[in-house]
Parts: sequence; C-alpha cells; structure tokens
Amino acid sequence: MDSVILSARGLTRHFGGLRAVDGVDFDLRTGEIHALIGPNGAGKTTFVSLLSGRVPVQSGSITLGAEDITALPAHARVRKGIAYTFQITSVYPRLSVYDNVALAVPPEAGELRPAVMAALSRVGLADRADQIAGTLSYGHQRLLELGMGLALRPRVLILDEPTQGLASGEVAGFAALVRSLVPETTVLLIEHNMELVMDLAQRITVLNFGQVLATGTPAEIRANRAVQAAYLGGDDAAA
Amino acid sequence: MKVWIAHLAVLAALAVLLAVLPAYHATNLARILTLAVFATGYNLAFGYTGLLSLGHALFFAAGVYGAALPVTYWGLSPLPAIALGCLAGGGMAAMVGLLALRTAGVSFMIVTLMFAQAGYLTLLYFGQITGGDEGLVMPDATALIPGLSPDTARAVIAFALFALALVLSLAVIRSRLGRVMVAMRENEERSRMLGYNPFTVKLTALVLSGLFAGAAGAGYALLFGYAGASFATIQYSILPMLYVLMGGAGTTLGPLLGTAAMFYLVDGAARITTATLLVVGVALVLLILFAPKGILGTLRERGARWIP
Repeated sequence: MDSVILSARGLTRHFGGLRAVDGVDFDLRTGEIHALIGPNGAGKTTFVSLLSGRVPVQSGSITLGAEDITALPAHARVRKGIAYTFQITSVYPRLSVYDNVALAVPPEAGELRPAVMAALSRVGLADRADQIAGTLSYGHQRLLELGMGLALRPRVLILDEPTQGLASGEVAGFAALVRSLVPETTVLLIEHNMELVMDLAQRITVLNFGQVLATGTPAEIRANRAVQAAYLGGDDAAA
Repeated sequence: MKVWIAHLAVLAALAVLLAVLPAYHATNLARILTLAVFATGYNLAFGYTGLLSLGHALFFAAGVYGAALPVTYWGLSPLPAIALGCLAGGGMAAMVGLLALRTAGVSFMIVTLMFAQAGYLTLLYFGQITGGDEGLVMPDATALIPGLSPDTARAVIAFALFALALVLSLAVIRSRLGRVMVAMRENEERSRMLGYNPFTVKLTALVLSGLFAGAAGAGYALLFGYAGASFATIQYSILPMLYVLMGGAGTTLGPLLGTAAMFYLVDGAARITTATLLVVGVALVLLILFAPKGILGTLRERGARWIP
C-alpha cells in the first residue's frame, strides 16, 4: 500500500440548503495522478477549495502528511506544499511572464532567476519571459498558470480543469507535461475531458451530489454501474 | 544599475539646486522635499500596494506631534525628535492597520478617514497640551543644527530626509517585498494562493508608509517651526494622494514630481487669483481625463518602460 500524502475525513460544506460537499472521505496517494470527476455541480471545485483552504471547512478534517491542516489558512497551506491552479485563469495580466513566475518561487528556493527559468522551460514559455502576461494567448496563459504552480515546488498540485478551452494539440502537450511531474509531485486533477482522464489518471474519484460515488482505477470506474448511471448517462454511453 | 544611477543623479541635481538657489526658492524646495517624503510614503501604500487610505493625515500628525511634544515639553533636540516622529507615524499606522485592514476598498477608505477624524478631534480635545488649532510654535530653526544658519540647516535636513526616503522606497520596491506588494495590488486572491498572507503584506506596507509620513510630519514641524492640529485634517490626507496621482502612482520619482508640480501650480495660481483650489481642481480634472497615470506613469506607458 502506497503512503497517503493528503487525506480528508468526513469533509462537509453546505451553502444554505445546498450540500455542495457532504461527508467526503478521500485519500491521495503519494506520487499518483488522481482525477476527480463528476457531473456539473457535483461539488468538485468546492471540494478542492476545501483542500486548498480557499473555502473554510464546516466539519471534517484534512491531513497533509502526518499534520492536521484543517484550521490553516490558504496561504499557510500553500507554504506547506499544496498548490492550486485556478479554473478560470488567474495570472497577473499587467506583469511580465517572468515576474508572474518569480512571485510563485518560494523564498527558500535560493537563486531566483534559475528557478524561474526552470519553471518556464518546463511549460515551454522560456522564450516569452519578458512578454506582458495579459498579451499571451489563452493557451499560453493556462501554461503560465501551470508554470506558477510548478514554481511553488508543491508536494501536491491541484489542477482545476486545466485543459478547459485548450486546442487538442495543446491538450496532448499538457498531458505529457503532467505525466512528467509525478512521482516527485502528486497531482489531483479535476477534468471533464474523459479521454484525458482515462489516459492520465492512475486512480479516479467520482463525486455526485457532494458525495463520493466511487473510487478506483480507470478500468474499475469504467465498469462501475453506479457511475455509468449517474455520470455517463446509462449503459449506452459507457463505451 | 541604470535605475540607481538615475536616482542618484536626481538627488545630486537637488543638492546642487539647494546650494545655488536664492534663500526664498531654496526654502520652497526644502518644503517640497519634506512633503515629497510624505508623498513617497503614501505611494508605497497607494501606488504599489493599492491601499487607498484617506487617513494618512493621522500618520503625518503623529509625526508632527511625536517630534513637537518632546521638543516643547522635554527640550529634546531636533534630530532625535525627527526619529521619534518617524516611529510615532509608523506606530500609528500599525494600530490603524491592525483594525482597518480587516476591510478593503471603499470600506478601507472610510475606516481610515474616520480614524483620522478621531485623531483630529483628540488633538483638539487635549488642546492644552497640543495647542489645538492654534498649535505650538517650535524653537527657532537656528537650533536645528548648531553652527549652521537656519536656511542651510533646513536645506540639509530636508535633503537628507528626502534622499533617505527615495533610496529606501527604491530599495523596497526592488526587493521581494516590493514585488509581493505589487502582486497584492494586481490580484490579491492569486497572491494568497501563492502562499502570501495578504494581511501581513498590507500591514507591512502601511507601516512603512506610516514611517515615511511620520518622518515627513516631524521634519515639517521642526523645519518650518509650527505644530498644529490642522495637520490631522482631511486636507493632509488628500494632499499626498494628489501629489502621487499627479506625478504617477507606482513610480519612485512620481511623488517628488507631483509634489513640486502641485506646489508651483498653487504658488503660481496664488499670484493671479485667491481661488487657488479652483486651479488645482481644474488641473486634476485635466489630469484624470488626459493622463490618468500621472506624469511619469504616462511616460512609462509611452515607451519608457524602465522607469521604476
């Protein structure tokens, strides 16, 4: 059994009457690519917001390594090694690409320039370091967002729908990039692109109505009848 | 490197001007430099960190009285008094920041404004000590630096204060802290998710800004011989904002340029009319319409991207 780097127990967050996340137990194993899928409104983004600390936990607990981080504010969790990349691209549009990534490099990383350039090379933006981020194409901004996540040198990288709006050629490059991150970094991926999920993820968790419907390998998830019914829309769509 | 040389050149030019200008103009320049220290500090909070405070008069007044009270009642000599005033400004900013930074945007403006008003009323309430609206008259400027004439001493101290403020502000904005301050201005939520605590970053910026305001207040009181409660009025919160907007928010030399421009604008207008504030108002409207980024901000946008 692999070790668990991030786990949640009984995690709950309701918004008024809406049970966005309702008693979720979840384990992220060190070094895996784990995908989180589910229909729209299943609570995926709320769930990772609880993990990253952007939304306070109502009840339940979150453990990173051996440490209970439930009460830590978001910025402290980032410093502990949980990085979050935004679903809607959130870079500093008026700063240069270099400065965007420089802000992400943690203070203890030593020399700034090599750290920044390493992160930029990894996402293929090294030759655009001096460009103003707001003038980048959408695909490049997504890559920059990912580069900022990498520059944080996280233990856990949470990617919230990273391929949304990317062209298919860009998606392939992105998949290769994510695969190159493990096992040094553990990746939690929210994704709607099923092909990509089945291809990339070692394990998949399916959320529905704020609860875990199933967890397993891609093959297990594909074969799971409850998932087929709830998410893929019945037997016919399972292929 | 180029940037540091440019700033040192500006300082050298100022020193030469102070030395060669006739006394009247040199004193004007000393006044501008002291107010520019205030504006430079305001710029750290407003221009770089995006904190629009309407309470900086309180930090300025804390500096005024932080220096003036010990000088008046304990006979403290002027130079340590300026240091005390500087600390008073920073301490006041820390206290206000701890409470006011729980808010943001318009609420932050209102809360800081209210703190400054409360400070003004407090100064009036303790009028027997503070002198209230009439104020306290500071000792003759000859006492500033023994052996130097008042004009020379004024020029030396104003220059030293401004040089220190400019170098410090340039060092801050080129440091990691400076970059994080700009990051807070540009996108606070993103910055939080890069591991920066917005509250501590903003508080640090506000305290730095308060230290500058305090030093400026202390210098202003001692160099020009007067400490009064009027320094805590809203006018002294608006002035640094106007200076910064005119010169260019988020540029290191903008505050100096804006202070000088506004000073001579008012000075020039006063020769023609008594309605000087009208002239200032029209100038500001034109500025906002045609160069909302201020003088240096506009230059930077038009191609001089190296301007820090």
